[in-house]
Amino acid sequence: SPARELTQNPLQKTWEPYDNGLPAGHSAQRGVCMTNCPTLIVMVGLPARGKTYISKKLTRYLNWIGVPTKEFNVGQYRRDLVKKYKSFEFFLPDNEEGLKIRKQCALAALNDVRQYLSEENGHVAVFDATNTTRERRETICKFGEENGYKTFFVESVCVDPEVIAANIVQVKLGSPDYVDCSNDEATEDFMKRIECYKNSYETLDETLDKDLSYIKIMDVGRSYLVNRVMDHIQSRIVYYLMNIHVTPRSIYLCRHGESELNLKGRIGGDPGLSVRGKEFAKSLAQFINEQNIKDLKVWTSQMKRTIQTAEALGVPYEQWKVLNEIDAGVCEEMTYEEIQENYPLEFALRDQDKYRYRYPKGESYEDLVQRLEPVIMELERQENVLVICHQAVMRCLLAYFLDKPAEQLPYLKCPLHTVLKLTPVAYG
Amino acid sequence: AWASYMTNSPTLIVMIGLPARGKTYMSKKLTRYLNWIGVPTKVFNLGVYRREAVKSYKSYDFFRHDNKEAMEIRKRCALVALEDVKAYLLEECGQIAVRFLCTKQFSMGVVFFVESVCDDPEVIAANILEVKVSSPDYPERHRENVMDDFLKRIECYKVTYQPLDPDAYDKDLSFIKVINVGQRFLVNRVQDYIQSKIVYYLMNIHVQPRTIYLCRHGESEYNLVGKIGGDSGLSPRGKQFSQALKKFIEEQEIVDLKVWTSQLKRTIQTAESLGVLYEQWKILNEIDAGVCEEMTYAEIEAKYPDEFAMRDQEKYLYRYPGGESYQDLVQRLEPVIMELERQGNVLVISHQAVMRCLLAYFLDKSADELPYLRCPLHTILKLTPVAYGCKVETITLNVEAVNTHRDKPSLNSLPSSQSPVRMRRNSFTPRARADTVKHPRHHSVGSKPLDLLGPFPSLE
Repeated sequence: SPARELTQNPLQKTWEPYDNGLPAGHSAQRGVCMTNCPTLIVMVGLPARGKTYISKKLTRYLNWIGVPTKEFNVGQYRRDLVKKYKSFEFFLPDNEEGLKIRKQCALAALNDVRQYLSEENGHVAVFDATNTTRERRETICKFGEENGYKTFFVESVCVDPEVIAANIVQVKLGSPDYVDCSNDEATEDFMKRIECYKNSYETLDETLDKDLSYIKIMDVGRSYLVNRVMDHIQSRIVYYLMNIHVTPRSIYLCRHGESELNLKGRIGGDPGLSVRGKEFAKSLAQFINEQNIKDLKVWTSQMKRTIQTAEALGVPYEQWKVLNEIDAGVCEEMTYEEIQENYPLEFALRDQDKYRYRYPKGESYEDLVQRLEPVIMELERQENVLVICHQAVMRCLLAYFLDKPAEQLPYLKCPLHTVLKLTPVAYG
Repeated sequence: AWASYMTNSPTLIVMIGLPARGKTYMSKKLTRYLNWIGVPTKVFNLGVYRREAVKSYKSYDFFRHDNKEAMEIRKRCALVALEDVKAYLLEECGQIAVRFLCTKQFSMGVVFFVESVCDDPEVIAANILEVKVSSPDYPERHRENVMDDFLKRIECYKVTYQPLDPDAYDKDLSFIKVINVGQRFLVNRVQDYIQSKIVYYLMNIHVQPRTIYLCRHGESEYNLVGKIGGDSGLSPRGKQFSQALKKFIEEQEIVDLKVWTSQLKRTIQTAESLGVLYEQWKILNEIDAGVCEEMTYAEIEAKYPDEFAMRDQEKYLYRYPGGESYQDLVQRLEPVIMELERQGNVLVISHQAVMRCLLAYFLDKSADELPYLRCPLHTILKLTPVAYGCKVETITLNVEAVNTHRDKPSLNSLPSSQSPVRMRRNSFTPRARADTVKHPRHHSVGSKPLDLLGPFPSLE
């Protein structure tokens, strides 16, 4: 039989086979990672070990790289069911009423997981609860098997009292559970809450749990035990978890100073800075000096305008080609009016789906995200960094840090001569 | 190279483990990967030094821990090796030196340990058969004798073997412990970017037998008229090739074959003929020739004679104006390599420059050789991992095609030197960057200087 004809998708410029005018299904787009079957990530650990922090961060990362992910926090289900939190006694191991409600919440959450993964096209679900007993984990494994999900455990183990105390201050004192308590009362109650779990805590064991797929994170990332990574997505998750840290730091994002082409309303190209752009570079240098940042790393793209901006700072900087502005292909160096005049269809398509729209012989925002992933990974590893980049690039990076979805990303406000200072706090 | 900006101080990777635990396998593979992504790396194998010192190996008795004379020889070999490591790091600008030791006491730059632990006797026996039987130590022996002698050799090491202990003695060291050929990993105190990449790489490689097939799209309409780049469809001969490819693949009877293409029409058309599921990767697209896209080489030479000349001078580093270089391509292709490592049987239908980059990774070709590797149309390269390397089989499907290969012109025909390629590109290179020229790295910003004049660290 002859090979099928190909047609080019006008929005994404990708070639797809078609049969009788309808797209046929022999090919798949390799975005960043293809998940063959849904994955259930199961958090494990005592309270105040960073499970929710990890859940939320991982969910944000996976969604950004294009893997539909959702987190399910069992504590939230409990708060919805039991309107008012009274005390740690709810969590006592012999509190029958408490146990019943907690099991009910876990099952409700699992039910929502099933709906998300099997009915709503979710790829990954993060099940955020203590899951500290082998029995509970076996229940979850069975649930995964019955539904055809791959299960991957993420355990956080930490015995450092300072870390635990800091966590309590950062995220527990402000919890809805303790809205009517003083800080001291809340801390005391929470410590007793942790005690409720300790006796029955069964950490993931190298021998007893040797057939499970998991990563055990020890002491906030000092060391890791990784067992039976099964597929690509689990490998990416492990890599990500091993690169994140909790050391306080700030990330500064800004664009290059105004360029000569900016002045003419033209996109792309490799122009130098305008007079005002050079002034901005000087102001930026002054601002950075005043901030007195410890060990600041400065990154630019390989385009003249970001490098000229960095030069004004008088400090070493690194050039990344992957930080280059989005490639506008045939529209490079045109004004929007010229694009509308010469490529009216393209102009219209871009407004329809700005995230997925790929310039002819150029890139889309979606392509940009894939290109920028190593930057995000290295930003996670680093501490204080200033990234001097471009409008579309900065929108992608910002969307990652502020958890903005694809629909909003291409419209995030990133004006010239504006610095965004990002500082991690609590869960965001 | 983009990756070398990331490493500030030299890294010493120290392999640890009993014999036949895959240390050399991992060393060589890791070295190949690091060199490919642009981090100059070299292996220093103690066994090689020992064979230099002791011309003919007699038996496992050499390795007994109570054999004083042999111990002296082995210690001296280790010191000579260390000297070479130092020389490589200081003089040859290498950033990573991978070497063997079965002890773990020395200090030099940033150290990262890779330990391989294995208690599965089948795996160990298989390793011995695969690589030890053909070792220079055992030139003409019977298999059983080799196996026997080698197992006794392992026993000699077991007496003094101290595995890395993350809970107590070694808790401050940076290391990865690979357990049972990658079933489990213990990772401790990863310090920097390079160590993080090493860990990720080691966690993605496997030793299951499999085959990787590399080929280009069938001949395209642009190939016929000598135009580079673009997004043209297959010529009639190209379509013929696709049919022949389909037949070839069917005859190979490959289990669970994955098929990957780029997002350019010509590779997709080629895959379509196979009638199987395939995945499109944008990062497998051909090198972007920028302003030279869709021109012939004659047109490029006429319109951009300087660019044309420069490309022949330094083809790996040369970046087309508004386009890419081979070096950029390697960076772009790194996720493909990582995923190829994870996968089993894969057929990658790509393009000339892309295929050269992938091939250079598998066959450990240098940056100088890479842009001149032969990847003709209508030819499949079948790669099978074997021992420490890769076996290549070239299969020409008998469908005629144009020749798109250009050799490096002889020195005489190159014009007199212009400014170095790296200095002259769209990317504006300011004077501040001294990195464009290789210089000996004595110390770098932010890290302690190496003790150049200090005594050799002892092994004790």
